[in-house]
Amino acid sequence: MVIRRNRRLEWIARNRLHPEHSAVLMGVNGGDEIGPSGLVRKRPHDIGFIGPNGIKRIDRLGNSLATMAGAGAHKGQAEVSLPLYVVENASQYVAVVLDAPEGRLSEHDKDLLGLAQQLKAAADNAASTAVAAIIFSSAAPEAARIESYQLAGVDRLIVLPAESDDYQPEQRAAQICALTAQYDFIHLCFPDTVLGGADTGRRVAANLAERPATSVWKLDGTQLICRGAAGKTDITRPLSKVIIALEQCADQIDESKHECLALSADAITLSASRIEDLGKAQVNPNDIDLTEANFILSGGNGIEDWDRFHEAARLLGATEGASRVAVDDGFMPRERQVGATGKWVTARVYIAVGISGAIQHMQGIGQCDKVIAINTDDSCDMVKRADLSIIADSDAILTALIETLSNQSSAEFHPQEAVA
Amino acid sequence: MTANSSKDIAITTLLSVGQHPLSARPRRAEEDARALEVMLQFAPASMKALHAGDTADAQNLTVLKDYLGMGIPSIDVIPTSADSDAAEALASYLANAGDGQPHILLTGTRSEVGESSGFLPYLLAEKLAIPFVPNICDILSIDMAAGVAEVMQSLPRGQRRKIKTQLPFVASVGMAAAIPRQSSFGAARRGVINTVSSIDTVADEAQTAWKTEPARKRPKRLKVVKAKTAAERFKAATAKVQSSGGEKIYEVDKAAEAILKLLKEEKVL
Ligand SMILES: Cc1cc2nc3c(=O)[nH]c(=O)nc-3n(C[C@H](O)[C@H](O)[C@H](O)COP(=O)(O)OP(=O)(O)OC[C@H]3O[C@@H](n4cnc5c(N)ncnc54)[C@H](O)[C@@H]3O)c2cc1C
Repeated sequence: MVIRRNRRLEWIARNRLHPEHSAVLMGVNGGDEIGPSGLVRKRPHDIGFIGPNGIKRIDRLGNSLATMAGAGAHKGQAEVSLPLYVVENASQYVAVVLDAPEGRLSEHDKDLLGLAQQLKAAADNAASTAVAAIIFSSAAPEAARIESYQLAGVDRLIVLPAESDDYQPEQRAAQICALTAQYDFIHLCFPDTVLGGADTGRRVAANLAERPATSVWKLDGTQLICRGAAGKTDITRPLSKVIIALEQCADQIDESKHECLALSADAITLSASRIEDLGKAQVNPNDIDLTEANFILSGGNGIEDWDRFHEAARLLGATEGASRVAVDDGFMPRERQVGATGKWVTARVYIAVGISGAIQHMQGIGQCDKVIAINTDDSCDMVKRADLSIIADSDAILTALIETLSNQSSAEFHPQEAVA
Repeated sequence: MTANSSKDIAITTLLSVGQHPLSARPRRAEEDARALEVMLQFAPASMKALHAGDTADAQNLTVLKDYLGMGIPSIDVIPTSADSDAAEALASYLANAGDGQPHILLTGTRSEVGESSGFLPYLLAEKLAIPFVPNICDILSIDMAAGVAEVMQSLPRGQRRKIKTQLPFVASVGMAAAIPRQSSFGAARRGVINTVSSIDTVADEAQTAWKTEPARKRPKRLKVVKAKTAAERFKAATAKVQSSGGEKIYEVDKAAEAILKLLKEEKVL
């Protein structure tokens, strides 16, 4: 048989940009291209499919290319699923007592879980060692919380009952000691937080007659590196049972998912606490050091009536701060200055009244959580930084605030009154 | 509760030798001096100061004199060598004190030299089987009849909390307490240093295996970009941090409401 060549189709088959190119290739020969010598030619360009990010992919596992390509195009960026680490038949535990305010993991808690995973890897029988997180809570944590624990490196979870959020260090230490008797943890890790893990951890250590390693900031093989002499020295010491670790003591877990299976704790009867929490005492906000204050009302060059500013601060129960201009002009004392040459504040809410937001001032408020700006100029830097900006005259706003607060104070409002 | 009965108690303050953070010279430990100040201001019927340390060291003696200069008539010193465990010495001394055991034992929260673990007050409380209250800044009141005391505890962010505890108790005094008074030369000369007859001290053997060196700077944690594809890496390197671009309000009458709403959400009001 003489094969007649169709020069036009051959030309279209060579020209990949031709609109009929693919139709011609799939055409008469049932998809096979016959070369000039009559041999069937392979076309390597046809293998694979275009992936979701526009890159050509070749699937050698034999999945259907067409469905893959279709699914990929729909999903867009496929979600990465982290590998799940499973500890079967755990025979020993590294315990981590988390601060977890309201069940939420703090950064310090996550660092500590990272350290615990390192301790687990360094343990004698690493394969059957699990990291057990201990939290105090009145109710079982909800699913979203469990998910966050799984991603932070919790293999097992123990929820100890807590009646209230009151300061009950003796009760908590007793609960943890009872749990230690039940599970015989190889290590007990605590975050070094004032009146949190630092307190409970030392109580537990005293009760177990163990010498705690405190201010730990690194695990180096099987040695712990701790800060000593109030932060002036580094002490390298062997591993201890009770470990009280600083922030950033280890890298957080972020490339694996863990089981977070529930472990049960034997119920124990607690003896009556010898310490009783009588509740928070009211503090004059201006006695709080500016660097520690939680809520700051700060005034700058845009304030006209300073008496009104002080009145508003008193009614709000805010600690007073100032920009350098206000201090230089003599309206505020020097120790109230916020900024590069003043104090670096860490407030949760910072209200800047009539402050333009010069870089020297912004440096000082870098660690503030929420910023409210009150300014006449809606293009100034403070407004750009602020979470809520009021573009109006400072005097009018302060007056409005004072009015609202004094109206409400008689009804449901209880702002912190300054104690003389 | 009358003022007299509340003062009719015995307080002992534990004193240690501190170290200046820059010059490394021995000095009054800042928190111990504050603990002494809390005791002097409360002015109970019986005040004592106790120190465990090396009395042969001339520099330690000058520091003890500084404490005496604050107005305490005498300091009892338990002689221990530099490598022994002060906690053990203090615990066995206090446990054997019998009637001389104080109602309140004040310490600093942690020492300025050595391990600086802040464990000593916990250990003492455990050995003496009495409660421990950390980080106090003041003693508010004492009710001898009921056997309870109220103290003010300092929390982070300048907050305060009242704590009621059973007597006797151990408490550590933090930096939030009143600034200690200056040391006066006359009082320092008049003050006496009593050496307590010898106590069996235990050498701190665990510590001999430790390696101590000047503090290294801790590495700052870097933001690690864990991108799988080149496109993600490119995005991480070039994308600007999203500025939240907060809400802007132009009307005066709405402003006060909006501010108060945010303050309540943040729980600062
Ligand atoms: C070496 C150096 C160090 C410095 N260190 C500091 C520091 O530590 N802290 C610091 O704060 N500064 C510091 N400064 C000064 C800083 O550069 C600015 O000059 C200063 O912060 C500006 O203060 P201000 O925002 O109060 O005043 P201005 O810049 O005058 O801003 C006033 C703002 O108020 C607004 N305004 C005016 N009238 C009203 C009104 N009726 N109602 C509402 N808003 C009104 C204006 O629109 C303006 O935005 C330093 C400067 C130098 C050179």
